[in-house]
Amino acid sequence: MTTPIVRVEGITKTFGDTVKALDSVSLEFQPGIIYGLLGPNGAGKTTLIRVLTTLLRPDSGRAEVAGVDVLADPKAARTKIGLAGQFAAVDDYLTGRENVEMVGRLYGLSIAESKQRADDVLERIRLQDAADRQVKTYSGGMQRRLDLAASLVGRPEVLFLDEPTTGIDPRSRIDIWELISDLVDGGTTVLLTTQYLDEADQLADRIAVIDEGRLISEGTSDDLKDTLGGSVIELSVPEDRQAETIDALRAICGTEPLIHELTNEITVPAVEGAKTLTEVVRTLDAASITPNDIALHKPSLDDVFLTLTGRPAESEETEEPSTNGQRGRRRRRKQ
Amino acid sequence: MTATTAPTKPGRVAATLPRTIRDIIVIIKRNLLRNLRLPQLIVLSTIQPIMFLLLFTYVFGGAIGGTLPDAAAGEYVNWLIPGLLVQTAAFGAGQTAFGLTEDLAKGVIDRFRSLPMARSAVLAGRTFSDLIRNGFVITLMLVVGFIIGFRYQTSFAGLIGGLALAMVFSFAFSWIMATIGLFVKNPEAVQAATFIPVFPLVFASSVFVPTQTMPSWLRAFADNQPVTVTVDALRGLILGEGALLPGSTVLGQASLSLFYSGLILAVFVPLSIRLYRRSVN
Repeated sequence: MTTPIVRVEGITKTFGDTVKALDSVSLEFQPGIIYGLLGPNGAGKTTLIRVLTTLLRPDSGRAEVAGVDVLADPKAARTKIGLAGQFAAVDDYLTGRENVEMVGRLYGLSIAESKQRADDVLERIRLQDAADRQVKTYSGGMQRRLDLAASLVGRPEVLFLDEPTTGIDPRSRIDIWELISDLVDGGTTVLLTTQYLDEADQLADRIAVIDEGRLISEGTSDDLKDTLGGSVIELSVPEDRQAETIDALRAICGTEPLIHELTNEITVPAVEGAKTLTEVVRTLDAASITPNDIALHKPSLDDVFLTLTGRPAESEETEEPSTNGQRGRRRRRKQ
Repeated sequence: MTATTAPTKPGRVAATLPRTIRDIIVIIKRNLLRNLRLPQLIVLSTIQPIMFLLLFTYVFGGAIGGTLPDAAAGEYVNWLIPGLLVQTAAFGAGQTAFGLTEDLAKGVIDRFRSLPMARSAVLAGRTFSDLIRNGFVITLMLVVGFIIGFRYQTSFAGLIGGLALAMVFSFAFSWIMATIGLFVKNPEAVQAATFIPVFPLVFASSVFVPTQTMPSWLRAFADNQPVTVTVDALRGLILGEGALLPGSTVLGQASLSLFYSGLILAVFVPLSIRLYRRSVN
């Protein structure tokens, strides 16, 4: 066993008198992987990143990054880390290159060195063509990539990415996923936070689920899915064929299908995923039942939270009103 | 203590003085580049003091001209320019607060704080680049002043000395603004917050009119507060001792102005660095 590159022991941070942003969080992981912190808004993910990047002192606990005690020697820790926060911390009126070179200089590199590294990093991040344009002309996705480039110029041992794809378009999102994977292939260790299960699933070698400041589950993506019990099939059929369909589903899946009272949508766990779906489609076809709609539904963050905490992920959020369909799904799964 | 692993030398990344200066220069360069690429900022922040200069000269000049000391040579603009130089220095310093809150809101400060750079460099870089910027605005205003009839009554050296005093005051004021910026944190709210110290200090002073006609309770404040002291020092340096209140000397006012600037720095530099260290969004 190699020594863990990040080690967090019993970190607690309280804001004000009552708000426990982090409640005795402990975790550790090996170098060379992507570690994902998954949780809803306000779960404490950003607070943990801020502690590990020396921006915030916890009330208690220990944190070590690349062999350096973050709390005892934050100066030394800063030479080991790179940070890309939730918003692109780049300067609109400087060019991409100027932004990266400036960060290089602030890492203590010489002018020549920071120019050289800026070239390397901009090429790696595929921004070399736009490097000499002012950042205000960049798209949101390009700005995030530039921010990533700036965090890499010091060749950090551990890169901290706080919600690297929140608020950017799907195409740029995939670009950033690729870039992050490439980085890890190049030997960098990445700790990222995300609200999206698919992102954690795609990228992270290990995932820690955080809720209300507590670590509630930790493991590989597969471990996590096992806690969820795989995917579900959602389908709707003409009303006169519903009873027949329910019988067929019960026979295939071995559990009682649930019917949504408003939409008449039927939900049933698909133990073997796509294989189960295929079997259902075949059976329905043989019985000449044509579904109006059928889908294999991957577990969402909602489902993770429902399973792990017994309540939906957005219970505290008011900004994101859920649609009727989602609410219905939760109600059914709770039964 | 972990005895086996290679120990991280504690002094390795200590902020040495050359390193600190280097980091400050990097930040100054970044801030000035921003100013150059955003010419509206310079143009707009120059228009305001020039507007003040023109409005006050032509609107109030006739009414006030007669009541001025002889040292003003009968021209309100001669009286006004030293005052406006200090006023511009004080108003211009507000940019420090605005720039810092903008960097805070954008996460730029978080990035800086996570870098192995000198911790004082962000604030020092900001205040120095604002000093350079204010120097530019003040020079431009002086040029317009010359065009509309301002003439120094002492010597060129006196004028330069006056400008230097205004710049020192501007720099000190920038640190008050840095503290306000780090305290308020919000770019939208900070503009209003910067006016709170600036307006009473600038208007209850000798910037626009001699303080003699103010009620005595106000005069007690107006005659002794840093803006008046600095303005009077500038007037002494630029127009001669005759521009001062009876009993005060140019050297006395200049020393007092430097003392005030020093006092402001002694309070607000440590205060703003403390706030910077703790700044959490």
